[in-house]
Amino acid sequence: MNYSTLIIAVFIALGAAYLLGRNRARALAGQGERMHSLPTHYGALTALWTTLPPLILIILWVMLEPRIIDALLTAQLPETIRNASEAEVRLALSKVHNIAQDAGMMSQNELGAAASHLIDLEQRAAILKGGVILSLILLGAGLTWRRIQPELRARGEVEKIVRVLLFSSSAIAVLTTLGILVSVLFEAMLFFQKVSPVEFLFGTSWSPQVALRADQSGSSGSFGAVPLFTGTLLISAIAMLIAVPVGLMAAIYLSEYASSRVRQIAKPALEVLAGIPTVVYGFFAALTVAPFIRGVGESVGLDVSSESALAAGLVMGIMIIPFVSSLSDDVINAVPQSLRDGSYGLGATRSETVRQVVIPAALPGIVGAVMLAVSRAIGETMIVAMAAGLAANLTANPLDSVTTVTVQIVTLLVGDQEFDSPKTLAAFALGLVLFIVTLALNFVALKIVQKYREQYD
Amino acid sequence: MTDSTMTTRQKVEASMRRRRAAETRFRLYGMASVLFGLLCLVVLFGDIFSKGTSAFSQTVLTTTIELNGDYLGIDKDSPRDEIMSANYDGLIKRHFAKEMKPSGRSEARKLFSLISSGAGWQLQSEVLADPSLIGQSITINLLVDDDVDQWFKHERGENIHASRLSEQQLEWIQSWVDSGALHTRFNTTFFVNGDSREPELAGIRGAMTGTLLTLLVTFLLSFPIGVSAAIYLEEFAPKNRLTEIVEININNLAAVPSITFGLLGLAIFINIFGVSRSTPLVGGLVLTLMTLPTIIISGRAAIKAVPPSIREAALGLGASKMQTVFHHVLPLAMPGMLTGTIIGMAQALGETAPLLMIGMIAFVVDVPGFVNDPSTVLPVQIFLWSDSPERAFTERTSGAIMVLLGFLILMNTAAVMLRRRLERRW
Repeated sequence: MNYSTLIIAVFIALGAAYLLGRNRARALAGQGERMHSLPTHYGALTALWTTLPPLILIILWVMLEPRIIDALLTAQLPETIRNASEAEVRLALSKVHNIAQDAGMMSQNELGAAASHLIDLEQRAAILKGGVILSLILLGAGLTWRRIQPELRARGEVEKIVRVLLFSSSAIAVLTTLGILVSVLFEAMLFFQKVSPVEFLFGTSWSPQVALRADQSGSSGSFGAVPLFTGTLLISAIAMLIAVPVGLMAAIYLSEYASSRVRQIAKPALEVLAGIPTVVYGFFAALTVAPFIRGVGESVGLDVSSESALAAGLVMGIMIIPFVSSLSDDVINAVPQSLRDGSYGLGATRSETVRQVVIPAALPGIVGAVMLAVSRAIGETMIVAMAAGLAANLTANPLDSVTTVTVQIVTLLVGDQEFDSPKTLAAFALGLVLFIVTLALNFVALKIVQKYREQYD
Repeated sequence: MTDSTMTTRQKVEASMRRRRAAETRFRLYGMASVLFGLLCLVVLFGDIFSKGTSAFSQTVLTTTIELNGDYLGIDKDSPRDEIMSANYDGLIKRHFAKEMKPSGRSEARKLFSLISSGAGWQLQSEVLADPSLIGQSITINLLVDDDVDQWFKHERGENIHASRLSEQQLEWIQSWVDSGALHTRFNTTFFVNGDSREPELAGIRGAMTGTLLTLLVTFLLSFPIGVSAAIYLEEFAPKNRLTEIVEININNLAAVPSITFGLLGLAIFINIFGVSRSTPLVGGLVLTLMTLPTIIISGRAAIKAVPPSIREAALGLGASKMQTVFHHVLPLAMPGMLTGTIIGMAQALGETAPLLMIGMIAFVVDVPGFVNDPSTVLPVQIFLWSDSPERAFTERTSGAIMVLLGFLILMNTAAVMLRRRLERRW
C-alpha cells in the first residue's frame, strides 16, 4: 500500500469514527442515560484516537523506512563493495535502486540479487505498513467506542488533545529556527575542519573550484570570503542609496502632503513593487537595465562590465523602495498630531515641522526600518544571481562585476554535489554568516521599532 | 542697503521667501520620489509586456503534405506502435525537398532547419488520431523553427543582414510569405507543452503544474498549522518568557532571507529525512516553513481584532474556552486569516531562491502528475529560460513572467476583495 492510499484511508476512518462515536453517544442518550458531554464530543474523541496514532506512525515510517531498507541492503551487497569506502557503498545502493526500477536489467547485473532482494523488502514493508496502520485504526476506533459511557468526560479529553495539537503547531516555528541554525552550523563546522575560520573570514581570494585530481594546480581551492562580503556590501550600499531617500521622501509626501485621494492610489501602487517576484526584477536587471547602463557608459567613454554591480544595486533599490516607504509611513503616522500642532503653532512651515519635529521624533523607527531594509538587501538572491555575475573581484568600483554571498551559495549548491567536499560545505559556512548577520540586524531593528511604538501608545 | 538698515518687516519677508522656497522644494522632492517609484513600476511592466506579448503568438507554415504509406511503411491497419515509430521527419524532409528544390546536401540541411524539429510529432499525432489518413494528402499547420518565427514576427522589413538566417533561407521564407503559407496563430504550444531545448516547442505547462502542486502542499500544511499556532499564541499561551521567545522568534523568522530556508530544506528534508529532490513535496515543505510566519502574524492580528466582549458573552453562557474560540472567535477572525494566507501563498508563488537549492532547477520535460514527481516551478522556469541566449527564449521568459504576474494580481485582488467584503468594524 502506498502512502497516498493510506492517507486517504486514514481520512475516511476520520469521518467514519466521528459518526460512530456520535451515534453511540446518541444511542446511549436515547436509552435515557445522562451523558457527561455532547454527542459531538464523543464523535470527535473517537475520530482523534482513530486517526492521530496512524498519522504519527506514517510520518515516522516515511522518515525511517529508507534507512532501514538501505541498512538491510548493505548487508546483502557483495563483500568487495562493502569493504570499500562509504561512497562506493552509497553508489552501489543507488545502482540497486535503479535496477529494481527496471526489470530488464535485473538478470544482467551483479547487483541483480540485491535488487530483487530490495523489491522483496519493499513489498514486505508495504504489506507490513498497511497491516499495522489498518489495525491501529481499528484498534483506536474499537477501544474508544468501548470507552464511550455516560461518565466518560469526552469534552475535557478532546480539549486537552486539541490544546496539545495547537501547541505543537506553534512549536514548529521555533523548530524551524533551530533547524536552520543546527543544519547550517553542523555543515559549517565540517567546513571549518578543512578550512580555518581565519582564512575564511579574512582571506581575500575566493575560488571554490576544487580540482578533480590532487595533482592539478589549485587543487585545494581557496576560500577567502572577503571579496564576497565587499561585493554584498557594495550592492547593498547602492540599493540603499536609491531606496532610503526615495522611500523616505515618498513616505513623508504621502503622509504629510498628499490628499487622501492621491494617497489611496499611490500607496497601493507603490506596494505593487514589493509584490513583484524577485526573479522578475532579476530578469529586468539583466536584460534591460544592465545593457542600458553599459550603453550609457560606453557613450561617455567608461568601461562598464556587462554584469555590473550598479545594475543589480539599482534594481534592488527599486525593489526595496516600498519596503522603506511603508515601514516609515507607519512610524511617521505614529508620531502624535499634538507634536505637529505645537510646531505649526510656533510658526514653522510644513517642511520645517517635518524636518525638525516629525523626523527626529520618528528617527528610531526610521532607523529600524532602514536596518530591516538592509537585511533584506543582504539576503536578496535572485536579482544578484541574474545580474551581478560570479567573478569574486575585490573592488569598490560599481561599474565592475562583483559577486555576493547569496550568489555563491546558489552556485555552490545547484546541481548534484558530493556532500563532503569543501566546495559544498563552504555554502553552508556562507549561509551561517548570512543567517547570523541578518538575524542580528532584524533582532535589533525589531527591538527599536517596538520600543519606539510603545513610547507614544 | 545693509542689514542694519532693513526693517524687521523686510527681514521677515526675505526669510519667508527663503522658507517658502524651501517648502516648495521639499514638497517637490516628495512628489518626485513618489513619481519615481510609479515610473519604475510603469517601466518595469512596460518592458515586460513589450517583450512578452509576442510570446502568445506563434508562426506556422500551412502546407499540404501527402502521407505516403509506402514511404512510412505503414497502412491504416498497422499496429499502433508501428504507426508511432514511422519516419515522419523523413516524410517532411522529402516533401520540402520536392517543393523547394534545394541544390545539394548542405542547402537541403539549411532548408530543413527552417522547420521545427517538432513537426514530425505533429504529423505523428494527426495520424495516431485518425489512421485512415494514411495514403491521403492533408493540410496541416507545421511549426517553424524559432529563427523563422522571430523573423516573421519582428524582423520582417528590417535590414536583411541583421537576421540569423542566410540569404538563401530568407528567399525560401519570402516565397512562403508571398504564397500566404506563413502566418501566425495563438501560441497554444506555450500552454500545453513542458520545457524543451527548442524555443518553439517550449511551454509552461510543466512548470505551471509543478507550481500548483507545490502550492497545494504548501497550503495544506501551512494553513492548518499557521491557524493553530496563531490560536495557541493568542488565546492559550501563558504570558511568560517562553511565549515571548516564541513571539520574537516568529517575527525574526519572517525577515530571514529566503535562501536560508533552502539550506534548511537541503540539509534536513533531503539529507536527513531522505525526501527526494526536485519534487513539489520538498518544495512545498520548504515554502511552508517560509510562509508560516506570515500566516501566524496575520492570524494573530485577526484574532486580536475580535472584541473581548464576544469571548465574555460566550464564556458567560457556559461555553468552555475551547468552544468559545472555535465557535465564536475563529469564525469572526477567519476573513483576516484567509487574507493573510492568500498573501503568504502569493509570496510562495513568486519565490525562487530556496527552490534552486533543493533541485527544482532540473531540466524537466514531463508534466508532473503528483507531488513526488520531479518538476520545476514557474519562477524557476523563468530563471532557467532567462539564461538561454536565443531571442525566442527571452520572449517566452517575458511571456511566462506575464502569466506569473497575472496569477499574483489575481491572488492579491482576491485578498483585497475578501478584506473589503468581510471586514467588520466593531
